Amino acid sequence: MFQILNENGEVVNKDDLPDLSDDELKELMKRMVYTRILDQRSIALNRQGRLGFYAPTAGQEASQLGSQFALEQDDFILPGYRDVPQLIWQGLPLYQAFLFSKGHFHGNQYPDEVRALSPQIIIGAQYVQTAGVALGLKKRGKKNVAITYTGDGGTSQGDFYEGINNAGAYKAPAIFVVQNNRFAISVPVEKQTNAKTLAQKAVAAGIEGIQVDGMDVLAVYAATKFARDRAVAGEGPTLIETLTYRFGPHTMSGDDPTRYRTEDMDKEWEKKDPLVRFRKYLEGKKLWSEEDENKVIEEAKEDIKQAIKQAEQQPKQKVTDLIDNMFEELPTHLQEQKEIYQAKESK
Amino acid sequence: MAQMTMIQAITDAMRVELKNDENVLVFGEDVGQNGGVFRATEGLQDEFGEDRVFDTPLAESGIGGLAIGLALEGFRPVPEIQFFGFVYEVMDSISGQMARLRYRSGGHYHAPITVRAPFGGGVHTPELHADSLEGLIAQQPGVKVVIPSTPYEAKGLLISAIRDNDPVVFLEHMKLYRSFRGEVPEDAYTVEIGKADVKREGSDVTLLAYGAMVHSSLKAAEELEKDGISAEVIDLRTVSPVDYETILASVKKTNRVVFVQEAQRQAGIAGQVISEIQERAILHLEAPILRVTAPDTVYAFSDAEEVWLPDHKDIVERVNEVIHF
Repeated sequence: MFQILNENGEVVNKDDLPDLSDDELKELMKRMVYTRILDQRSIALNRQGRLGFYAPTAGQEASQLGSQFALEQDDFILPGYRDVPQLIWQGLPLYQAFLFSKGHFHGNQYPDEVRALSPQIIIGAQYVQTAGVALGLKKRGKKNVAITYTGDGGTSQGDFYEGINNAGAYKAPAIFVVQNNRFAISVPVEKQTNAKTLAQKAVAAGIEGIQVDGMDVLAVYAATKFARDRAVAGEGPTLIETLTYRFGPHTMSGDDPTRYRTEDMDKEWEKKDPLVRFRKYLEGKKLWSEEDENKVIEEAKEDIKQAIKQAEQQPKQKVTDLIDNMFEELPTHLQEQKEIYQAKESK
Repeated sequence: MAQMTMIQAITDAMRVELKNDENVLVFGEDVGQNGGVFRATEGLQDEFGEDRVFDTPLAESGIGGLAIGLALEGFRPVPEIQFFGFVYEVMDSISGQMARLRYRSGGHYHAPITVRAPFGGGVHTPELHADSLEGLIAQQPGVKVVIPSTPYEAKGLLISAIRDNDPVVFLEHMKLYRSFRGEVPEDAYTVEIGKADVKREGSDVTLLAYGAMVHSSLKAAEELEKDGISAEVIDLRTVSPVDYETILASVKKTNRVVFVQEAQRQAGIAGQVISEIQERAILHLEAPILRVTAPDTVYAFSDAEEVWLPDHKDIVERVNEVIHF
């Protein structure tokens, strides 16, 4: 397993320590704290019925944000349903992320500078699509990558394999991230496969595979940067397995992790909390204080308050809006149906 | 004007569009140097290069994903599924993904993808090559389904499909690939998607058909004429969305309808079209609308195709039932 920081925030691998400025290191910490607060608030807002579908992210900050931090603005992200934080840090306005959760199409109308698809619900589909985006980037001669994420369970899908294999066959600039949080809802990773690592699945595609400590933001960043550099140099795709953990339930839709996880297991992983070790690392370098952290927490809470307000002010969706989004030019039957709903909506 | 078979017309349409738009990409299993298992892409890689016309690994779902990803990068993908029976492997990419891309992104992205695939019986193919599965895709909002029956229409419709900025599934009946030649203009031209064509005018009964069944219907119409029955034959050409304007105009004239499809009775699109006609024109009907279809079994073992596939005799029989209702 590739690691740079241990649980105590000590550098155990100086050779691979990424070249990040003090400001960049602080920015990484800020993002992780912010995202932890976002997770806590999203869970609360979900319980209050002010958000809809929500897949908790606490525990995965290093895996999600360390990898996103290695990207350029013009790289293309194909996220899974748990990968909303990467989109936010790539520039998706928070209120739109909330609209995605609530089930409103405007949540998916991304600004042009956010080159990403909305979170993919069909596990594996983002992998075959990533091979296509990456091939497109290669054909256009762009120095960019397509990056995608799935979980440990997702590695059992056919599309997972087809995606990495296609990208390999075309030597396409793709980064495939497997966030192994040990559980696919209630099914432990041991029931997905007899393979000892998920990173070794790269061998089947003949591509590079790296297993990284997914609770170590510097290791995740360094691995993704390595994969990105290889990809834009024309050396093809990389599969990165991040060993991580979700502290919360699978989703807020009724999953109860106490049915399949022990308290001991949770405690053991909480010791590996990516925020704890990176905080220690930065404090050791005198780059982070309680004051810094509290400032981020307040900023996050305020942003979230404004964003949920903005999301709630979004005009309600009408059937005619949904019809208009179907085709460039509406076929006759949809024109007819639009007229029927226009009449209803004008009553 | 040149005399072309349908497969030549299809190749020609791709050639015209590869030349016309540098974003057009043609890919699939064996479509490159081999020129396709039916020679549909013959010569295209030599002419346009491997960057534009290329082979893929043997994985239909992966091909669908490639098409979507390439579309997101601004390309106009024309992927091929070797036989439409293999669509089950790529149902998610077609129905679950590309058909929904414009809608799910609120119009921010779209999928100008044309999925080409051969299908259709009568040529003794092995299992899961000939199945008529257009009904599956026709039920999915967001994707159009086009099925040409002549060389002229195949070229014009395929050019329209490729230029369409939303996904189109373009189904090519294997029996029609080389069974006859027709006049095909050499330059680019389009045939509008979503428009049916009256292939033969008549006054006593309307025959609605698509694919190979258009030709069976025309043959039936000739036989019926000998008995003094005048059949109007409408080729739907697009099975989603269906051109009800043309259909209803005919129904209001003939007052009798027989729907002809090669698919099984519980499949295809007959049920949907008949339902629309009865909602919109029941007072114009002198008889119930009857169907000519294959039986509701799995597609026939190849040696049984002759007794299983619907033919012009079945059509004549059904027309006589509605005429003498």
